[in-house]
Amino acid sequence: MGEEKQKCCQCGCGGKDEFLEKIFNEYQPIKDNLIQILNEVQEHYGYVPMHAQKAISEFLNVPMAEIYGVVTFYSRFTLKPKGKYNIAVCLGTACYVKGSQKIMDRLKERLKIEAGETTPDGKFSIEETRCVGACGLAPVFTVNGEVYGKATVQKMDQVLDELSKEG
Amino acid sequence: MEENLVTLTIDGVEVKTKKGTTILEAARQAGIDIPTLCFLKDINEMGDCRMCIVEVEGRRGFATSCIQTVEEGMVVHTHTPNVLEARHVILDLIISNHAKDCLTCTRSGNCELQTLAVKFNVLNVEFPGEMTKHKIDDLSPSIVRDFNKCILCRRCVAACKNVQKIGAIDCINRGFESCISTVGDHSLNDVNCTNCGQCIQACPTGALHEKETIDDVWVKLKDPEAYVVVQTAPAVRVALGEEFGMPIGTNVTGKMVTALKRLGFDKVFDTNTGADFTIMEEANEFVERFTQNGVLPMITSCSPGWVKYIEMNYPELLPHLSTCKSPHQMFGALVKTYFAQKEGIDPSKIYMVSVMPCIAKKFERQREEMKNEGLYDVDNVITTRELSRMIKQANIEFEKLEDSTFDNPMGEATGAAAIFGTTGGVMEAALRTAQDTLTGQNLEKIDFEQVRGGDGIKRATVNIAGKDVKVVAASGLANAQKIMEEIKSGKADYQFVEIMACPGGCVMGGGQPIKSSKIRREVDVRKLRADALYSIDEKSTIRKSHENPVIKQIYAEYLEKPGSHIAHKLLHTHYVERPKYNI
Amino acid sequence: MKTLEQIHKIREEKRKELDLRVNTQADTREKHILVCHGTGCTSSKSPEILENFRKILKEKNIENVRVIMTGCFGLCAKGPIVIIRPEDTFYSNVTPDDCEEIIQTHIVEGKRVERLLCKDIDGSIVNSLDELNFYKKQKRIALKNCGVIDPEEIDEYIAFDGYKALEKVLKEMTPDEVIETIKASGLRGRGGAGFPTGKKWEITKGYEADQKYVVCNADEGDPGAFMDRSILEGDPHSVLESMMIAGYAIGANKGYIYIRAEYPIAVKRFQKAIDEARDYGILGKNIFETDFEFDVEIRLGAGAFVCGEETALLESIEGKRGQPRVKPPYPAECGLWGKPTLINNVETYANITRILLNGAEWYSSIGTEKSKGTKVFALGGNVNNIGLVEVPMGTTLREIVFDIGGGIPNNREFKAAQTGGPSGGCIPAEHLDTPIDYESLKAIGSMMGSGGLIIMDDTKCMVCLAKFYLEFTVSESCGKCTPCRIGTKRMLEILERLCSGEGTEFDIYRLEKLAANIQKASICGLGQSAPNPVISTLKYFREEFRQHAIQKECKTLECKALSKITINEEKCKGCGLCQKHCPVNAIEGEGRNKRVINQDKCIKCGTCLTSCPFKAIGN
Repeated sequence: MGEEKQKCCQCGCGGKDEFLEKIFNEYQPIKDNLIQILNEVQEHYGYVPMHAQKAISEFLNVPMAEIYGVVTFYSRFTLKPKGKYNIAVCLGTACYVKGSQKIMDRLKERLKIEAGETTPDGKFSIEETRCVGACGLAPVFTVNGEVYGKATVQKMDQVLDELSKEG
Repeated sequence: MEENLVTLTIDGVEVKTKKGTTILEAARQAGIDIPTLCFLKDINEMGDCRMCIVEVEGRRGFATSCIQTVEEGMVVHTHTPNVLEARHVILDLIISNHAKDCLTCTRSGNCELQTLAVKFNVLNVEFPGEMTKHKIDDLSPSIVRDFNKCILCRRCVAACKNVQKIGAIDCINRGFESCISTVGDHSLNDVNCTNCGQCIQACPTGALHEKETIDDVWVKLKDPEAYVVVQTAPAVRVALGEEFGMPIGTNVTGKMVTALKRLGFDKVFDTNTGADFTIMEEANEFVERFTQNGVLPMITSCSPGWVKYIEMNYPELLPHLSTCKSPHQMFGALVKTYFAQKEGIDPSKIYMVSVMPCIAKKFERQREEMKNEGLYDVDNVITTRELSRMIKQANIEFEKLEDSTFDNPMGEATGAAAIFGTTGGVMEAALRTAQDTLTGQNLEKIDFEQVRGGDGIKRATVNIAGKDVKVVAASGLANAQKIMEEIKSGKADYQFVEIMACPGGCVMGGGQPIKSSKIRREVDVRKLRADALYSIDEKSTIRKSHENPVIKQIYAEYLEKPGSHIAHKLLHTHYVERPKYNI
Repeated sequence: MKTLEQIHKIREEKRKELDLRVNTQADTREKHILVCHGTGCTSSKSPEILENFRKILKEKNIENVRVIMTGCFGLCAKGPIVIIRPEDTFYSNVTPDDCEEIIQTHIVEGKRVERLLCKDIDGSIVNSLDELNFYKKQKRIALKNCGVIDPEEIDEYIAFDGYKALEKVLKEMTPDEVIETIKASGLRGRGGAGFPTGKKWEITKGYEADQKYVVCNADEGDPGAFMDRSILEGDPHSVLESMMIAGYAIGANKGYIYIRAEYPIAVKRFQKAIDEARDYGILGKNIFETDFEFDVEIRLGAGAFVCGEETALLESIEGKRGQPRVKPPYPAECGLWGKPTLINNVETYANITRILLNGAEWYSSIGTEKSKGTKVFALGGNVNNIGLVEVPMGTTLREIVFDIGGGIPNNREFKAAQTGGPSGGCIPAEHLDTPIDYESLKAIGSMMGSGGLIIMDDTKCMVCLAKFYLEFTVSESCGKCTPCRIGTKRMLEILERLCSGEGTEFDIYRLEKLAANIQKASICGLGQSAPNPVISTLKYFREEFRQHAIQKECKTLECKALSKITINEEKCKGCGLCQKHCPVNAIEGEGRNKRVINQDKCIKCGTCLTSCPFKAIGN
């Protein structure tokens, strides 16, 4: 986690996280704001780093275990950075009925990781989502938020091949 | 007050009870027991486990009797076939995800889940399936977490987060993967845990227990080279009997001493004597601070959970903390110096065992500051529960034992020392000595009723030698936090503060016999144990620490006077600022 | 800040200007190109289409034509949708490259672009929206403004009677009169349970407190449902206005809307609505020159289905894990931060303004005896017209599936419909004529739910369907109470056993026992309704469960371990097409010989089934 050390030193020796400072200026230090703040942190870092949890714990005067409990409760919050390409397959009913599970299975098979995980090279991560609201295009998957509709196993293969080439 | 009464029917019995009473409590009043698991009176009232469900006529689904309150005309049925089937299924499900190694579990025989399984005649698991797997965390010197035995009742979380306002543990993850853990699943040793052990007291199963160290004691007792000395804390003697089926609050001092002697300890001493030393030093420190414009208020330091708490949370207030070691540490230091010298024993051969109502003492004893000449003051701390296990292992029939007395030359203690075991006791004992010191008289008024009782915070103003001294005794870390905030903000004008980490003080310590939720619902365990201590005090011929002849003798022979150089070296300590999280 | 007078003026002038949106005969030389910006169309590039239109118009110096972004038109399957008004020409499946042609042919030359005109299921060209079967049986109340106005323009909302209901309420009605009107309308909660809305308001008003709250539940989590999102994206002000009316009625001055963070467009548009309303002085203090004050804040959900449960939602707003509270006490008495709180869902609010403007009598004339008004459904699965539909209560399932939905694709049979998502149940063909209302659905073991309506054809295995929903519940259970935390997991394990051929008949008994007890003993609606998909599939498709358990057989291809594909010797003509398509070379035989499937190699993908021109392959 060399990258994280750079962002903010764990020992509290003075390494500052400008983003967190900005957030702490915007919010009142009351517990009700925990989820709002976590949403911002997740959005900014792509995950909720431990140093941010520690800083939020001090800012809101909430024990770290409770913050960790909230982070691990909500599926939007993740503890590890997502891959460069985060591929989310919709497993909502409309997509499921149209075969999205097959696409998910194929994706896991190709990347050799499970949903919620990131490939060792940090390139891909897989996510399960429930309805991105593009039911008209079912089944769908998204790559970094961009929707690929009327998906098939072949289409998934194609997209993976392209992204792999892009590096 | 008729309008505040509600009449309802439970299992055909008409019950009149106060408005706002829960169905569970109303049933209890009518002599009807409803099974519970997650419920712990005043601590955890969430309705999560669903064991306490009952049927209420005209209501869809079940009512949750531990939290839902009575209504006029309500008709409740606590054991219809529907309710029984649902409870059975729930129990089955809990057991299906519970490590079933009862024979080798420390809580076997005192496990609320086991009790229910027996009651419900669960002979096989009807709905078996995948079990959640957790690694055992035994890195803390005080607490072991084996969450393969956790049933997610969350009583420990409530105790830690709400009662103590620590929040070292919480519920993490979601759904079937939910578990109770620390931030990042780190060891308790690396987070803001104070080792108070209230979580253990709350746990209905064996998921949380003390780090047991009785095997080390057995090894030393077997070792002919070792001179094994034991001391027992004030609160142990009024609780140990419970482990042998005696009523809560039975004073078993005599039997306990006999049992310890039979176990083979070379000397059986009383931590109460150590407590008298603590009073001598602490009262002296207070008088010095009080008369010489020292840092006030002075705060007591005999509760190690509390000490770790202030080190982690209010390091800026550490100068307020008395530098006195806790009684058993003082006593250990004296055993390895004064006693060793007097008896001609090599101190390195002495193995000092403390029997404590506390698991934070397990942490305290291994602090680097608790050493003298390279030797730890105390070599092992075992809890009241662990002592009972040793007695059982030795097959000693405790109830049938004759009484005997502590060994000399350090076996004399006062009534003042006895009440150390309850909240307000240290304060009262110190005031007895301080007022005599300040007035130079032998005052007769020695009962300080204002600091007695079960309240979490007890404030009082006492007049000593014509001066008003404002004091406060707080127990439970949530209350400690309140007092610290008062001091920090400058609002407090106390001169003397007593803090105990455990609500109610040492009688309710993390190492004491564990009482089921049902017992805690029905009787005031704290009061019964505390009353026993006050009764010891009352019956004592000497009730002021400075009048203890042993104390006088040792000061005369060895320690010179309270606050002397040698007293400081052996009986005082210092504190460090600690990070809350080492992660 | 706008005075009331200014707002009246905006309404009057803007309404004239926008007449062409709703009147094909409008007297105007203007044209409006409406580009759908619902999530479905947005993800198929409708923003690019909108940009292209604007660019081309500018290049060509064309005046009197405006390009408008709108909310969802409903017929998502045909998206992206472009409609040109006043003539109401309906172009479907438009791509950014088509813009040039549409401008040139339609706008400049005044002719229609035939190839882009929407076609109905039977292939006939649709001249205008109303001609489409999809819309014929619909009645749009909650969705009235969706697809008509630009959701990011408060003036457009005001033009179509926006904030008129609020003004009426504040100036002419007492809180009790408002509540009476809602009660008389017969409106019931659209979140699923169907509690009478007016009664909920009355109860909440009845609790005295120094502070009360109005909350809008927009944590639409039912997989395959997007009604609330479409309303927020297409008509955010209507929800905002209704929340204010609710605030006035119950005596609250603070509102929260809890929206899924996965709905970024809805969040953005609702925030814009709040900002615009504040700018106009509609939100804030002294609203419409009265003493009434109100403000609203957005709270984002962070991906937990259980937060759709009202008490879990409150916990989440308070910054905690979304774990439901035991009820009673209900939020009306003890809600947000322990204060009386009114919680309704988006669609419920969307009906409020219409009721107050048109009267309770008008509203209660729509629907059935006990279920008044309309209901919005997100129609999905194996049905031709996937999209958003709003129908009067009492419409039958058959009408929705076959008339509005255009039937089942690929000439397959209708097997079942699923309503209510993971909390609901399935409805078999024998109940196709059930009128859709709260009571009727409940009577046949399903529920209204929030409005997900998924159609399944005969290729779907019902045991798998039950498993799918249990997987969902297990992953979304909060873990607070035992029956839901462990019980649903055990149910899922049993279903997994059944689907992999390891189940027994006793497992079916286990399933039923667990289901019954989880239903009764769980704390919240999620747990209490989690067994519903199993109970209802067991009720109607018990034989299928028994086939899985006893014969170890699955008639569909979904349970790979239990299905076997074979070639009917008599029907096979030896054409070899199946062999050509098989991805794993599992089909053996040469020349004109009959083909045989090597069961060891077959992966049951089903490719051969669809490739056989003689229907000789079956399972």
